[in-house]
Amino acid sequence: MRTLFLSALMSFLLIAPAQAALRVLACEPEWAALTRELAGDLAEVDSATTALQDPHRIEARPSLLAKARRADLLICTGAELEAGWLPLLQRQAGNGRIQPGQPGYFEGSAQVPLLERPAQLDRAQGDLHAAGNPHVQLDPRRVAKIADALAQRLAQLDPPNAARYAERNADFQKRWQAASERWAEQGARLKGVAVVVHHKSFSYLADWLGLVVVGDLEPKPGVEPSAAHLAALLESLKGHPARMILHAAYQSAQPSAWLSQKAGIAAVELPYTVGGAPGTDDLFGLFEVTLARLLSAAP
Amino acid sequence: MKKTLLAALCALATPALAAPQPELDALRAEFDHKFQALQADYEARLKALEGRVQAAEAQAGQAQATAQTAATTAEQTAQAAAPAPPSNAFNPDISLILQGAYNDRAGGERPLSGFLPAGDHAHAERGFTLDHTELVMSANIDPYLRGFLNLAFLDEEVEVEEAWFQSLQLGYGLTVKGGRFLSGIGYQNEKHPHAWDFADNNLVYEALFGEGLLQDGLQLRWLAPTELFFELGAELAKGQFFPGSEAGGDKNGAGSWAAFAHLGGDVGASHSWRTGLSYLKARPREREGWVDDLNDVEALTLFSGDSRTWLADFVWKWAPNGNPRERNFTFAAEYFQRDENGDLTCTDNSIEGGACLDLTDAYDSDQSGWYAQAVYQFMPRWRVGTRYSRLSSGSTDFGLNAASLDGDRYHPDRWSLMTDFSPSEFSRFRLQFNRDEVLSGDTDNQLILQYIMSLGSHGAHQF
Repeated sequence: MRTLFLSALMSFLLIAPAQAALRVLACEPEWAALTRELAGDLAEVDSATTALQDPHRIEARPSLLAKARRADLLICTGAELEAGWLPLLQRQAGNGRIQPGQPGYFEGSAQVPLLERPAQLDRAQGDLHAAGNPHVQLDPRRVAKIADALAQRLAQLDPPNAARYAERNADFQKRWQAASERWAEQGARLKGVAVVVHHKSFSYLADWLGLVVVGDLEPKPGVEPSAAHLAALLESLKGHPARMILHAAYQSAQPSAWLSQKAGIAAVELPYTVGGAPGTDDLFGLFEVTLARLLSAAP
Repeated sequence: MKKTLLAALCALATPALAAPQPELDALRAEFDHKFQALQADYEARLKALEGRVQAAEAQAGQAQATAQTAATTAEQTAQAAAPAPPSNAFNPDISLILQGAYNDRAGGERPLSGFLPAGDHAHAERGFTLDHTELVMSANIDPYLRGFLNLAFLDEEVEVEEAWFQSLQLGYGLTVKGGRFLSGIGYQNEKHPHAWDFADNNLVYEALFGEGLLQDGLQLRWLAPTELFFELGAELAKGQFFPGSEAGGDKNGAGSWAAFAHLGGDVGASHSWRTGLSYLKARPREREGWVDDLNDVEALTLFSGDSRTWLADFVWKWAPNGNPRERNFTFAAEYFQRDENGDLTCTDNSIEGGACLDLTDAYDSDQSGWYAQAVYQFMPRWRVGTRYSRLSSGSTDFGLNAASLDGDRYHPDRWSLMTDFSPSEFSRFRLQFNRDEVLSGDTDNQLILQYIMSLGSHGAHQF
């Protein structure tokens, strides 16, 4: 009887930490998906935004504050992408764990080198991010690095399961490496293809695949595409023709459609992040669909 | 490697060959000695370096083995090697708000009929005017606290609108704020005028606080660990601002206190809401208020007593798929009830032909009001909105002062229509039309052209 009781107690004690799953709030769906890869059922993962929402323009809604209040770990892109709402979540949630500098706050962009760091900070150049372009999730090499750092952070926050996070990360890295090599092979014929982008959301994708960005629909980062700018862009495309126009699922399709019609080149909507198109339920799907859509418009 | 080093050193040493023999020998000996030392040192360092590289390689293991990746990574790392941050990197975030307007409206003051004036904010200028120019600074003080300052510049005057510290690390959903801050009661109260959706204030806040309720004191907030947003807050303050008064705040302890509760959440991806109930208690002493008496002569009233305000608010926001960038809609409404009783003195203005004779007697008022507003962004950069505010002064019991002051019931109201254009997140131009009936029997059609510019740090997107 006593042994039965003891073993029941033991098993309860052993199970207890597993039941008390880590509560993770991700600012964007890509980091929620990455956490699911690395933590599986060890974490309860929620995303503050969806692929159909512009991460620059979110408000610190009551529901987000309630989520931030209970989070053990807040995973964001950083580099000022969420400058309009993330600081409010951190300050008003009354949660010391997720403050900047605490282990419970993790920035994806801080783990990798950033492109397009502005040499000069002037709002006349649009809504610049001083640290560089924050949209890092469309480069598989950077995702791999961020996964390594995130796995370590998860282990640090949940030491009893440290080995499992390491194990899951090793498994993820293996699958990711294999997939990346396949994608690189498939995407080889995209090298040097000229593209126009809506916003600088695809700089890392371009960097990885060797796409050449020859124009932006936004006159300056974060400034709405204007008729005058689009007309000028159309004119410049005569000199430097592009193959396709890329916009994210959350961005208006109108400017792309207009230019596509006038310039006679394909407008391609990319999922941009997990959940942005059918079949993009995880990071692998995100890259599969992104590549498939690019290739369908490529020469 | 060693050979190249030797060759390089020999090449460097060649000019010494031109020197006479003994010197040359001495030099050679010195050189040999130094060279051997250098060699040993270099080899040791090389070994250490090799060891480190091997260790790093072993660690990196399976990841990024291809030469291409290695090359790009090296290149990126080189790019990432940023210059050292400037020495002012620890300075606070600074932003500056420029606001101004062109007003076309009736001249003079337009007090709310049936209400004692809340502060001196009711006065609006005609023609070109420069509103508050605001300077905002904020930064983390240390890992535990954050500081915030908001100064409003006016001609020959600087108002400290807010100056507070806030706790960051209390946990358990608790946040403490101390200093001067915009009270957490109601919905609009925590927004500065530049964040309002209209160029002027709604009548509810104009009647209750002039602009908004400032508190000098302490605020404690608690956010419940629930799926639904549920927040409780309490404030203890000096209470020197309307509906309190300077003399009422002149005491040990608190001259006013407030409490509020907020509930909120999302409905699907596209809808979100918040609702709240707030209570404010103040104890004004000799609170000054200029009103027109029954002879239409200005009279200074002094009120001492208790002021109790209930405030209910509701906000509902919509954006397709929760993405407000292209289109979004906001509806907000607030209702208040204020009960004030105590003693009122109407200071003697008989010399100017007024009806007041410095009489002090009981005063009792029970007033209420509401506003509702809707703002719709129908395309990027463009919004339209409408607002209606209506107050009820109730029938005020002036006691013996009823002989000199008007206690009739009035219903000041105002319709507003606005449209604004925001070239970017940092600038906004607004055109507003008001049909203003706050002054009994006197309708004023008003036109306001306003600009709001925000320079510097990125502002916050408060719900």
